[in-house]
Amino acid sequence: MLGLQALFFYIFAFIAVGSALMVVFARNPVHSVLFLILTFVASAGLFLLAGAEFLALILIVVYVGAVAILFLFVVMMLDLDVGRLKQGALEYAPFGAIIGIVLLAELVIAATGGFSDPVLSTNTALPMASIPAASNIEALGSVLYTRYILFFQLAGLILFVAMIGAIVLTLRHKEGVKRQSIPQQVARTPETAIEVRKVESGRGI
Amino acid sequence: MEIGLSQYLTVAAILFVIGVFGIFMNRKNIITILMSVELILLSVNLNFVAFSAFLNDIVGQVFALFVLTVAAAEAAIGLAILVVFFRNRGSIAVDDVNTMKG
Repeated sequence: MLGLQALFFYIFAFIAVGSALMVVFARNPVHSVLFLILTFVASAGLFLLAGAEFLALILIVVYVGAVAILFLFVVMMLDLDVGRLKQGALEYAPFGAIIGIVLLAELVIAATGGFSDPVLSTNTALPMASIPAASNIEALGSVLYTRYILFFQLAGLILFVAMIGAIVLTLRHKEGVKRQSIPQQVARTPETAIEVRKVESGRGI
Repeated sequence: MEIGLSQYLTVAAILFVIGVFGIFMNRKNIITILMSVELILLSVNLNFVAFSAFLNDIVGQVFALFVLTVAAAEAAIGLAILVVFFRNRGSIAVDDVNTMKG
């Protein structure tokens, strides 16, 4: 059973890492976005293996369903000059590679060898054993709506502000387009709206 | 072939480094930079979930949820700024940004 878990872990990990590399290296931004979606799906698989079912599904719903589609819309809406965007990439690449290798070495050393914490070293490979609630989502909800209710509300506020900001930034009023003005319509009275004319017979207005 | 905490942390570290490298390599392309930032936040989330699972503490997943919220808000605002910038300039190259007015 453990072998199967390890097999799926490595499959998802390799898909995630490979498609993340393709996000960075793909020439076409549309391909980058599609590989980003693949990275998120593979990471959702990793979340599932770690026992975080709710977050895995939220990752697919929020990222693949909203954020990546938003990226796709923007990439396709803008008229991009791919060749110009990619020029100069190679001159920054060695610098980025040096920083990346140093950072990766530090992180991997810290992740594999650096732990002397007794809790961590005795508690490995026990996904979600002693959390008392019946399911992952129940455990998450019982904490999220009680102890962390303030932060939950603040997260909602952040999303609200982001929504207003995005709308305000991108909304633009075109000149010369007739649009409905509700206050103007409501403020009209019969005196201003109707004009009674005396029409002479046979002549029209 | 036992999957422990360090395997998760290594995968998250690799994803993080790929994101940082993407920011350095695609200096001209704001869209790829934004996607690299998403990769970095994803790797942070992976760390939170791994620690949450192996320490048997659900709070890590709560924090990962908040990181996800902030990442979504950041993507929306960043792309909105990008669209406005493209309307004004007709390109999204970062080296045009230094000619801002004001």
